[in-house]
Amino acid sequence: MSNETIMQVDNLKVYFRVKNPEAMPWTRPDVLKAVDGVSFKLKAGETLGIVGESGCGKSTLARGIIRLIEAEEGQVLWLGQDLLKLSNNEMRSRRQEIQMIFQDPLASLDPRMNIGEIIAEPIKTHHPKTPKAEVKQMVEDVMVRVGLLPNLVNRYPHEFSGGQCQRIGIARALILKPKLIVCDEPVSALDVSIQAQVVNLLKELQDEMGLALIFIAHDLSIVKHISTRIMVLYLGNMMELADSADLYDRPRHPYTQALISAVPIPDPLIEKNKELILIEGDLPSAINPPSGCVFRTRCPKAQDICASDKPVFEDTGKGHMVACHFHD
Amino acid sequence: MSLLEVKNLSVEFSTPDGTVRAVNNVSFNLEEGKTLAIVGESGSGKSQTVFAMMGLLATNGTATGSVKFEGAEVLGLKGDALNAIRAQKIAMVFQDPMTSLNPYMRISDQMAEVLIHHNGISKYEAIKQSVRMLDAVKIPEAKNRIRMYPHEFSGGMRQRVMIAMSLLCQPKLLIADEPTTALDVTVQAQIMRLLADIQKELGTAIILITHDLGVVAGNSDDTLVMYGGQVMEVGTTEAVYATPTHPYTQGLMSAVPRVDVVLDVLVTIPGNPPNMMNMPAGCPFTPRCRFAIDKCVETMPELVKTGGDSSHLRACNVAVEDLV
Repeated sequence: MSNETIMQVDNLKVYFRVKNPEAMPWTRPDVLKAVDGVSFKLKAGETLGIVGESGCGKSTLARGIIRLIEAEEGQVLWLGQDLLKLSNNEMRSRRQEIQMIFQDPLASLDPRMNIGEIIAEPIKTHHPKTPKAEVKQMVEDVMVRVGLLPNLVNRYPHEFSGGQCQRIGIARALILKPKLIVCDEPVSALDVSIQAQVVNLLKELQDEMGLALIFIAHDLSIVKHISTRIMVLYLGNMMELADSADLYDRPRHPYTQALISAVPIPDPLIEKNKELILIEGDLPSAINPPSGCVFRTRCPKAQDICASDKPVFEDTGKGHMVACHFHD
Repeated sequence: MSLLEVKNLSVEFSTPDGTVRAVNNVSFNLEEGKTLAIVGESGSGKSQTVFAMMGLLATNGTATGSVKFEGAEVLGLKGDALNAIRAQKIAMVFQDPMTSLNPYMRISDQMAEVLIHHNGISKYEAIKQSVRMLDAVKIPEAKNRIRMYPHEFSGGMRQRVMIAMSLLCQPKLLIADEPTTALDVTVQAQIMRLLADIQKELGTAIILITHDLGVVAGNSDDTLVMYGGQVMEVGTTEAVYATPTHPYTQGLMSAVPRVDVVLDVLVTIPGNPPNMMNMPAGCPFTPRCRFAIDKCVETMPELVKTGGDSSHLRACNVAVEDLV
């Protein structure tokens, strides 16, 4: 595995303009800061996990990186080239190297295309002149690779179970031999026993092909299992970024601590005696986020300085980055 | 006498493509003030089991067997008799807090409706009681917020409203069907804590339906594991987790990634959940079971004692000692 950085995201911001339906027609729309200044580096063959509650900007971040949503500012350096500045045509050719897997396995497959067509579509888009026989061979190879029988090639998505549909989604992402796959909650909709199958498949493929993964999930135990490094997001802001083991063993941000403590452990002896760090309330609105540190309204450690100064996202040693005035 | 005694409950649906047996011979007991967790993957029949008890099956569904609540048969009740049990004796919280509240009604009206219908009190009094109940589930400013519509609440808040609503008539049994599946872990922890507090205070028995083994571990006295509409294993939560005696339970336990353990490769259960349309004659888990013997294909094993704790039962043709 090489150690080269393939992607570098600097200060990425994705804003949405939302109009309050009760507002007067001439009032300016509100700005919803879905992703507000996220930076990270991704090495070849590495998995970056992104966790946070729903509404914290995980999916928007992923879509912002690969320009499914246009970013407000910042840059996304992909092998040294800023993706956000590319023309549509140039971006299209880069998409061969960056593929995506979506959350809802059935909804992300066209119900009127058969499996063969779905998996072959990226080739038809990017390399339309590939001979038919070769496409057929590639589809077969990749189906075998993800654990689907090649004789299912003429079936339609509704004939498959959720886990199989997710395998089809993975096959479609793999067929162009990408360098990075962005996985947006790829296993959230699956049953436990099927989740494990899909996660193991992703790990195998990664080892074999040297893929880098950006793995988004709200399930912290899954993320821990697959990631090299993990980023914790809250309301579009980075709270903590560290090596997977380090983050779980020594979480330094109060939000990460609460998040990890809230994950139920499947062992009654541990779970029933566990001391829970309960954070009260719900995620505040991203249209009108709290001043200073965005987490302060729910933070057990919050003090006056948290309302006035936004904490710097700084290295607390060995690449363990935290944004908190009172981190451990 | 147990609060709830379920015996040989089966649920069948007649569809144009044939009969689907969603629940097959399920039996269990629940004591007052205790929590029973029903665990299983999608399609295992866990929701249909409780829907049958509440008379909530779809019109093409029929339930057979017996469900006794406080000694009286509730299965097959209709109309007023069924309504007298709902809310007042058995109440239910559904999975999706987004869709189980009426979007066109204020929370006050939805909650008061329950009390007016079941207790015959005035609307003024009903709303007063509803506000108290919202306070009890820790909704801030309940007095003002009760005037709001469901869309003005967040997911966690809506689930609190659902719980408050289900508790209005002080039922003896609360059925929570995946109450936290749609919620974030932090909110899940809040809701589970709330249910535990309520149970302590009111002595309500709870049936907790979930697929999350972590939630079960922390919040139940007994655990019942279902697969393909059948009970695979049942026992005290401690016993089932410490010594799972069924291959499916064992597989499920090891397939769950844990936040406190590092594994290189997750253990998986090969294959897919069964198709309920054409269930195998024997044990439904046979095609995915690595211990399956010839007998498993034809005969569904009986639920018998494991030899450990007397309440710990399993349904498997292979002896416990041979499961290694």
